[in-house]
Amino acid sequence: MSSNAAPSTYKHEDSRAVMSSRDRAIGLTLRMTAISIAILFALFPVVFIFASAFNPTGDLQTRNLIPQVDSFEELFTNFYSLTSDPEVLAQYPFWSWIRNSMIVATITTVLSVMLTALAAYSFSRFRFYGRRTLLLGVLLVQVFPNLLALVALFLILQQIGRLAEVIPQALPFLAGIDWGIFLMFGLDSLGGVILVYLGGAMGINTWLMKGFFDSVPREIDESAMVDGATHWQTYWMLIFPLVRPILAVVAVLSFVGTFNEFVLARLLLRSPENWTLMVGLFNFITADFSRDWGKFAAGALISATPVVIVYLLLQDQIVGGLTQGAVKG
Amino acid sequence: MATAAKSTPNLQQGDRQNAESLPTRLLKYFGLMILNAFALLLVYSFFYDGNPGLSLVVGLITLFVNVVIFVPSLSPIRWMAPGLALAILLVIYPITFTVQTAFTNYSNVDHPYPKEQAAQQIARVGGFYVGENNPIYNWENENTFVNAEGVYALWITREVEGVTEGLFVAVGQAAVSVENPTEVPAEFQGFRRMERREVGRALRDLQSASFGAGEETYSILRGGQVAVAVPRYVFNAENGTLLDQSTGNLYVGDDSVGFFVREGGNAENPNDILRPGYRVFVGLYNFTRLLNEPALSGPLVNIFIWTVVFAFASVFTTFALGLLMALILNDSIIPGRKIIRSLLLIPYAIPGVISILIWRGMMNLNLGIINDFIGVEIPWLNDPFWSKVAIIVVNLWLGYPYMMLICSGALQAIPSEVYEAAAVDGANPWQRFWNITLPLLLVAVGPLLIGSFTFNFNNYLLITALTGGNPPISGSPIAGAGQTDILISYVYKAAFSNQADYGYASAITIVIFLIVASVTLLQYRFTRTLEQVSENV
Repeated sequence: MSSNAAPSTYKHEDSRAVMSSRDRAIGLTLRMTAISIAILFALFPVVFIFASAFNPTGDLQTRNLIPQVDSFEELFTNFYSLTSDPEVLAQYPFWSWIRNSMIVATITTVLSVMLTALAAYSFSRFRFYGRRTLLLGVLLVQVFPNLLALVALFLILQQIGRLAEVIPQALPFLAGIDWGIFLMFGLDSLGGVILVYLGGAMGINTWLMKGFFDSVPREIDESAMVDGATHWQTYWMLIFPLVRPILAVVAVLSFVGTFNEFVLARLLLRSPENWTLMVGLFNFITADFSRDWGKFAAGALISATPVVIVYLLLQDQIVGGLTQGAVKG
Repeated sequence: MATAAKSTPNLQQGDRQNAESLPTRLLKYFGLMILNAFALLLVYSFFYDGNPGLSLVVGLITLFVNVVIFVPSLSPIRWMAPGLALAILLVIYPITFTVQTAFTNYSNVDHPYPKEQAAQQIARVGGFYVGENNPIYNWENENTFVNAEGVYALWITREVEGVTEGLFVAVGQAAVSVENPTEVPAEFQGFRRMERREVGRALRDLQSASFGAGEETYSILRGGQVAVAVPRYVFNAENGTLLDQSTGNLYVGDDSVGFFVREGGNAENPNDILRPGYRVFVGLYNFTRLLNEPALSGPLVNIFIWTVVFAFASVFTTFALGLLMALILNDSIIPGRKIIRSLLLIPYAIPGVISILIWRGMMNLNLGIINDFIGVEIPWLNDPFWSKVAIIVVNLWLGYPYMMLICSGALQAIPSEVYEAAAVDGANPWQRFWNITLPLLLVAVGPLLIGSFTFNFNNYLLITALTGGNPPISGSPIAGAGQTDILISYVYKAAFSNQADYGYASAITIVIFLIVASVTLLQYRFTRTLEQVSENV
């Protein structure tokens, strides 16, 4: 079931023929009213956050949707204090949050696309014992949401972080080496969060990518093999470039998904300078809801705008992905 | 695709066609050797640190990687080995861990360690015991010494029948008697007396140090006393008992409750047990607790009902609004459909946390813009009833674009001949909707509605960011359990609040999983996904 599946579509043309022009006008007015109400409902929070962000008083009590300001610069009071006021930055390291989110989303996306593309190529091109079981297993394991394994994930990362001090105790002859690297994958570290995200990388994406690889004719592989190319060369120099446009879309969506992820990041990242943007913004207003509202609104605008643009540009691909059963997390 | 695959069986041969050159192979084995050494290090360290489970998993993953690399017929698996290894560590192992934990009393406060580790912990923090014949000395903070190598020493005194005796004890050196105990010199045997501030900084190190050498090692006790002391609790690993040397009481590990209980004492009596306790298997205790303990089961029943109501209401409202908008926009006489669709899509595009927090601001009782605009004082987020309404409204806003998208896709796939036939039979638009559009639509989007149900069943983000589960249920033993908590947010509180009751949290997790899994199974049966999958692969 996909949106572009039916060339002959039903568009109420027949009903128009039997309706009088007055009925049609009433019908159209009703519909346009419903649409207007829906758009008002959809966009009111958006208008409100714009108003809050540009309101120089910066508290929640926004009575005017049009900010009352004397000068153009005053509009950006909240943005200035969020991004460059040293006092605010000491408490809420906004730039660190942006950097952390970028690091986590970029590394997770690149690695997970690579991992899943490799697996999907193998599922698409090789026939081996246990292939079907593995493919089904990859799908079924997702029934258990990783949200439910919070405790275990928390404890695994804690244990990895402890290695930094455990290894010198357990194996004294290795004590000379600095094992601090494990802290970069423990609790409260970006590496740990990336690791957890990568653990869930295989799954529905493997299926989607396998579909893409299946659509590349196998004759291409065969001709390369005849010329003496290894599987790795075939994959890397022929197939990979062919599916690159689709991989790019998957990568963008995976990037946005990781960028927006909140639940695991909140559990696993503990100190403010390690928070991602979403965790940071969440803690921003739980600290002092009303006082920091304007700064939160400014931060929300900065972080949501690129994501919204990406979604609107990729609408059609997202709809295609939706009908295959992916739900936004 | 499947037929194309079968026509080219030669591709199965994998790397056998392309034998690797010797340098490549050597490089590969060298890399594998390093990987294995590293894995062995992890296996040993995890085991050493009292986590045999993780140790075993890392070992199994390493074994898997080695087997896959050395067995030529497994070469297709090599391609997915990195992904599978990560999935085993961070998806499969957590699942087994959760299942296992549900049958234990594991909690971070009362039962944090395995038995032996718990006993060692009790012995470590249990303080010291000074034998009856051992003299106790006094130590003033300012009578602390240090030498050039940073070795600490103490100048300690005691009164014996009116005469003051003094000792000078350094770490790792035998104690020396001093002649004039009351006159503390600035320098003594290469040690210099420390400044008060220095002592303050070193206090922690001093308290854990043992002074003197051989059998005669002195430790700093509470209240500035120093004596030859032994740990108060001594663990006997052979029979698993702890001996309290100061009272002579013997504490025996009771594996049914996971505590060391005084011999002849009662596990129910807090004075008869030593803390922390240790982890034991408790069978179905966590599950029976869900049902039998009124303090737990009362809130849990409410939370369960609300979870189901919330998930149903969310699916229903979002589907209704989404379908309505899809129907309206499906008509080509509407001008600017593309733009309208994009505008209606915006709630779906904004990161969830951000939009939920915006709503939370707008719904604030005194400062929120919604109450201000309507001119009412609705306690959106403070009242049990209104906070539930608020959650459903916000979720409607978050969720209807998704429903609109899938409905408009499905509407376009309904063939127009069906409607033409209905028009010929004289069906009015209302009848056409109920008898044609809706049934055909439900066949297409039904599975997605079930998916939406399971998604909302575990919609932790919405609850946490909007209400945090508040307002609280009074008298709940799990700190902060609230009227709007759903099962998954309740689990989070049980596991990560003060009690940190992992066993109980895991038990509820299993219940959630069983519900979600059976609903998902229904979904798969409904769509025959699994059969299709099996046919297509």
